[in-house]
Amino acid sequence: MSIVAGCDVGSLTAKAVIMEKGRIISSALLRSKTNPQLSAEAVMQEALSKAGLSMDDIRYCIGTGYGRKNISFVDKDISEIACHGRGARWLNPGARTIIDIGGQDCKAVRLDKDGNVVKFVANDKCASGTGRFLEVMARLLDIPIEEMGSLSSKSTAPITLSSTCTVWAQADIVKYINSGHKIEDIGAGVNSAMAKRAAILANSVGIEQDVCMTGGVAKNEGVVQDLEKLLGKNIKKMRKADPQIAGAIGAAIFAMESLNGRS
Amino acid sequence: MIVAGCDIGSLSAKAVIMEGNTVIGKGVVRAGTNPVDSAKEAMAIALGDSGLSMEKIKKIVATGYGKEMIPFANAVESEIVCHARGAFWNLQTARTVIDIGGQDAKAIRMDKNGNVVRYLYNDKCASGTGRFLEVMADALDVSLDEMGKISSQSKEKLVISNQCVIFAETEVVSLVNEGRAVPDIIKALHTAMAGRVASMVLSIGTEDDIIMTGGVAKNSGLFAALSTSLKKPVHSMKNLDPQITGALGAALIASRMSEQ
Repeated sequence: MSIVAGCDVGSLTAKAVIMEKGRIISSALLRSKTNPQLSAEAVMQEALSKAGLSMDDIRYCIGTGYGRKNISFVDKDISEIACHGRGARWLNPGARTIIDIGGQDCKAVRLDKDGNVVKFVANDKCASGTGRFLEVMARLLDIPIEEMGSLSSKSTAPITLSSTCTVWAQADIVKYINSGHKIEDIGAGVNSAMAKRAAILANSVGIEQDVCMTGGVAKNEGVVQDLEKLLGKNIKKMRKADPQIAGAIGAAIFAMESLNGRS
Repeated sequence: MIVAGCDIGSLSAKAVIMEGNTVIGKGVVRAGTNPVDSAKEAMAIALGDSGLSMEKIKKIVATGYGKEMIPFANAVESEIVCHARGAFWNLQTARTVIDIGGQDAKAIRMDKNGNVVRYLYNDKCASGTGRFLEVMADALDVSLDEMGKISSQSKEKLVISNQCVIFAETEVVSLVNEGRAVPDIIKALHTAMAGRVASMVLSIGTEDDIIMTGGVAKNSGLFAALSTSLKKPVHSMKNLDPQITGALGAALIASRMSEQ
């Protein structure tokens, strides 16, 4: 048996994927705990128990994500950029431009036709355009973050946020709420502000099709549709697996390659 | 000749009354929702302070983001020019002004006559503005006015790596949960904020002397952190509330206008 695993410990969530013969046999996603090691152990344990396996069954494990240097059970760690690129290619072999929006960062990666990283940019300095922006606004609107995306299609008169900064935008949103604007119109404005920031990053690496989105925000259809409009390109849906676990998938694929290379 | 300057900022309204070259009255109020009311209130306090009535004031210049709305102003002038003028009047050797307000930050370079040569202005990002400290004071449950004093009790060096208000706030919460001492956290926050301000100041180039104005200039901890970041002494306004610098500059401009 050549069972491998990838573990992606992000700022807000931890993800684990277990693969065998190029197929996902189990995956898990949890809210991050107080330290990366605890998050990694918990998410890995959940993925293992879903598959009815124990840690001893994993022949090779690769860690990624911001907490990757602090996971004791991995054989190796690889950058998020490489793992998201590889994961996106597995989800869609035609992927060339990948926009990954995580809980506290936003990245754009352009790959060549063989899947090698040609160019990438990342923002982890400013909360605007990251999942955090969305989270802060969802809390203000008092709706679950999973429901933010659907607001865009319900909106008839979306607001326009004039501030990019999360702090200033927060104050703007409070004003909109107090002046009686509809939740869906405000939510649609938030989604479109997210898309604007992501488009800047995507354009700076250059757009080549297929364009794909990974990370938790890829599940927000409002952001995805606004981004399609801004880029003038379709964003390919990735139905093979949850786009939020793309990094962990990439890590598992690298683990598989490491194992094959070694044997 | 008696003149006045009125500075309507995002968080506070300030008024200064001058006679000749002397400040004879001042007023500072927290800005309400209506800039006109805030301006009137600040002006009323300054008038009371000087024992004068509105009729005695020959000319009034308004500045700050609400300047266009002040009904009793005879003229308006930009915040940049007013802050430069006010700081230069207080310290003639000043060539660089760092002004940090509640929702913005400015770096201004002046020539030897106090004229503005170059400036940079940030109101797009809350980091490096007074809001940064306000959010952190809230998170730590301490008074904004006491942050400077509290930071002086710091014993251990901590590092806050984020400059973004949102991310730094998360770091603060983690540090609190780790059981770190509040003075150490506040000192680290001052250092992080000074880093953000210093990068703005350095991008227009500093020339000695450097002076800091605005409400945030009342925070001694930030002064120390900024001096360290810039590797140069940062001066404070002498015998004058740094928060009224813009209003003072506006009054000086009113004074010059009334002489012409």
